Amino acid sequence: MVLAPKSRIALRLNAEPCDVAFAPHKTLLEVLREDLNLTGTKHGCELGECGTCTVLLDGRPVLSCLVLGLACDGHAVDTIEGLAGAGLHPLQTAFADLGAAQCGYCTPAFLLAAHALLAANPKPSRDDIKQALSGNLCRCTGYIKIYEAVELAAARLRGERAEPAPETLYGRR
Amino acid sequence: MGGADHPAALRVIGKALRKVDAVAKVTGATKFADDLALPRMLYAKLLRSTQPHARILGVDASKAQQLEGVRAVLTGKDFPIPFGILPVSQDEHALCPDTVRFIGDPVAAVAATTEEIATAALDLIDVRYEPLRPIASAADAVAHPEPRIHEYGDSGNLHKLIHLEFGDVDEGFAAADLVREDLFFFEGNTHLPMEQHAALAEWSADGKVTVWSSTQTPHYVHRALAKVLELPAARIRVIATPNGGGFGGKSDPFSHEIVVARLAMITGRPVKITLTREEVFYCHRGRHPTLMWVKTGVTRDGAITGMHFRSLLDGGGYGSYGVASTYYTGALQTVTYKVPRYKFQGARAFTNKPPCGPKRGHGTPQPRYALEVHLDKLAEQLNMDPAELRLNHLQPPNSLTANYLRVGSMGLGDCIRKVVDGSGWKRKFRQLPHGQGVGFACSSYLSGAGLPIYWNHMPHSGVQLKLDRSGGVTVFCGSTEIGQGSDSILASIVAEVLGVDPFEIRVVTADTDLTPVDLGSYSSRVTLMSGNAALQAAERAREIIVPHVAKRLEVPGDRVVFADGRVFDAQDPGRGMSFAEAVQAAESVVGTVGTTGSYTPPQSAGRYRGAGVGPSPAYSYSACVAAVDVDPDTGIVRVPTIWIAHDVGRCINAASAIGQIEGSVYMGLGETLMEEMAYRENRHVVHKIPSLLEYKSPTTLEMCDVITYIIEDPDPNGPYGAKEVGQGPLLPVMPAVANAVYDAVGVRVDEIPITPEKVLKALKKKGRGDGGEGGRIGPTSFPDIPWPEATRVPPPWEGGDGKAIDQAATLAGGVREERQH
Repeated sequence: MVLAPKSRIALRLNAEPCDVAFAPHKTLLEVLREDLNLTGTKHGCELGECGTCTVLLDGRPVLSCLVLGLACDGHAVDTIEGLAGAGLHPLQTAFADLGAAQCGYCTPAFLLAAHALLAANPKPSRDDIKQALSGNLCRCTGYIKIYEAVELAAARLRGERAEPAPETLYGRR
Repeated sequence: MGGADHPAALRVIGKALRKVDAVAKVTGATKFADDLALPRMLYAKLLRSTQPHARILGVDASKAQQLEGVRAVLTGKDFPIPFGILPVSQDEHALCPDTVRFIGDPVAAVAATTEEIATAALDLIDVRYEPLRPIASAADAVAHPEPRIHEYGDSGNLHKLIHLEFGDVDEGFAAADLVREDLFFFEGNTHLPMEQHAALAEWSADGKVTVWSSTQTPHYVHRALAKVLELPAARIRVIATPNGGGFGGKSDPFSHEIVVARLAMITGRPVKITLTREEVFYCHRGRHPTLMWVKTGVTRDGAITGMHFRSLLDGGGYGSYGVASTYYTGALQTVTYKVPRYKFQGARAFTNKPPCGPKRGHGTPQPRYALEVHLDKLAEQLNMDPAELRLNHLQPPNSLTANYLRVGSMGLGDCIRKVVDGSGWKRKFRQLPHGQGVGFACSSYLSGAGLPIYWNHMPHSGVQLKLDRSGGVTVFCGSTEIGQGSDSILASIVAEVLGVDPFEIRVVTADTDLTPVDLGSYSSRVTLMSGNAALQAAERAREIIVPHVAKRLEVPGDRVVFADGRVFDAQDPGRGMSFAEAVQAAESVVGTVGTTGSYTPPQSAGRYRGAGVGPSPAYSYSACVAAVDVDPDTGIVRVPTIWIAHDVGRCINAASAIGQIEGSVYMGLGETLMEEMAYRENRHVVHKIPSLLEYKSPTTLEMCDVITYIIEDPDPNGPYGAKEVGQGPLLPVMPAVANAVYDAVGVRVDEIPITPEKVLKALKKKGRGDGGEGGRIGPTSFPDIPWPEATRVPPPWEGGDGKAIDQAATLAGGVREERQH
């Protein structure tokens, strides 16, 4: 088999300029994982069904398994690797503290989808959260700790001094 | 076990702490198997059978071998040695040598320089098949002993037949005021972990192979690799990468793990394989489709006088854990309510479909669903509240059951009271408007199997502890992190004993080169077993340190306290030293400080053939109330809320326990309403829906609210009293919802999943008035099965000693064989 010559694009990746060369048929998912070694973005089906490969393209959640790498030339891509600064992002802190990540495989995708939600809607209702995350499957948590973590992070991002309710962590009495 | 004596002083145990790997998981830093890559790595692909049942006449791989970039091609003749998880079912080959048994059975493998080339090479391999009649279902297997799918098994295409009787059930039925029989069917479903299985193998020129794999059972993979590759186990290293979800689906040794190891050995290069989502459906090992018949006698007040249970499991193409699964469909009926006489007949069929195996609850959710709906029907006939009926006849704590399971702590009564009060059960049951309903169910599960999969006398879990002069503590254990929090359990227990911060403890797990054996993350065994091993290792470390600190502080040893990173005098906390200084005090005198801990479950009471499946050091208990809204026009069942109480013995980490309960409820809800492995029987058992889009699982829009109550009834066998929480809370969801559907619209869907189509059918039947019991959808008969003679075991209250009657002569051999399960 003859290998196709690589194509080269320039993008803003996690707020930094980046250029990368890759086989032109590759999806953004493959470019991130294989050509940029950013393995924080996961795959569950590579058919656009599970949401596990969600990244942000110009701030909007997209399924990176359905986006051609070439289509990202000149655009901004954010992955889980760019979410934390010197410390964890409030969403990450809340996910960690509440156990919203169990196996952790779908977690990067949920965090990015939630990040996009909070950017657009700083005070989402439970239903808003369910709708925003309805394209992401999680088999471990039953989603509840994820909702609670998003709500906690949203409150903290609004500057409120929020703490998880006792039943969130210890159950009902 | 230790630890339970001083709960008041607990600093770590029971708190809702972050898991020790939480930060890695929320930053995407955790390395799953497919995240690994090595220089010069090759990519492997498997060619899978397009036939459900066929003889392989020939495999021509010559064209594939010539493709540029292909480095190796393997076929069945490269793997003459069979393997399998159970010693009695060594019926798989890494690549099929002569027969394929389901669509998706691996036939050939390729390693190439890119994934694209490997995929292209598969198309160049020519396999000639001679089709055989496929066996499409368990009923088909009963009706057609030929052609046999395997040359072994109890009868024709029946892999396993079991017949156990504990007391005379007919006597029990004669003493009953009411005897009832019911039939149920539980469709198969699959684990659907978000991470596809992946494995990477590296061969080094000094003759050693390393395999990284998303497996729940690195120890069993290690054994299978040694057997099939004919390498000394000491030259094989298996590292289980953190699993991106397992739920039982990564508990068998798999073809792809063996194939990449062999390919690495042949090519001298690292070889990786990542299964496609479609292939994950073919690996399966999920819930067995199970047909069940149950007959129970009760007195007027609801006391059970006798129970007879039959199950027929559709096992798929290979043995997997199936013999154990079959026993499990008859094992735990006795641990919730008093069952004085009990009879179980179980059969597992081979069929030409992906093999079934252990999914969360392993063999027990199907019978639990049947039993709890059956009891709901009995309660109605007795005009009793179904929660009261159960509450009045609980199996007592510290007791033996009819089938010789030893129940220790038993918090089911508290669980029932919590969900009944919390849900407002008494003012809702049979009182809600048409279309709304509530349903009730209970369950129990193991905290680890009492016996190992292969017969041996060694511990089930081992821990090594290294303490060094920096104050650093490292825990080494073979246990495997699959998202359930097993690494955190180890850190929490060691931190509690040694008084250090759990986040300062290093945890090294699931590496056969570095860590002592733990049997794996299955049967809800890890918290209890690795927890006990960690507790023993930590207490031994404490014992090493105490005399040296006591000497320096000039106090008796029993006044030395370990807490908050310090070691000090209990009567004068200001007098003491840092933990690091305490380790140095010991190391200066005794040298390097290291300890081990191990755990072996207590001997089980049953001594009959088949007694090996069911015993556990401790049983967890759950009670559940489900609320439903049923739309009579569409048949759609919505579940707004589930109330669940779980007796966990004691929480090691409260947040983790809640997470396991909510996750179990979620998975149970999916099984109840939508999840099914469905095949086109009339089209050669082709899997209908091997994709995440078509295999329906709950999204955020279907998931219910969950109100969770944690009940702590410490068990003396658990570390700090802890029992399991990862699987048990799944079990009552299916029957609770089924019972709630009946409460809402008066129809019985005696089949899982409860799809809108079935609800509508039942409602139509009810409308026509031909449904009996207000409309019922479900199986109507149980096939005739050539059951073997019963193994008769008198229950303890009939003077039994756990042995079968008339089996004394064959006992030794029988127990030995059966205990391997």
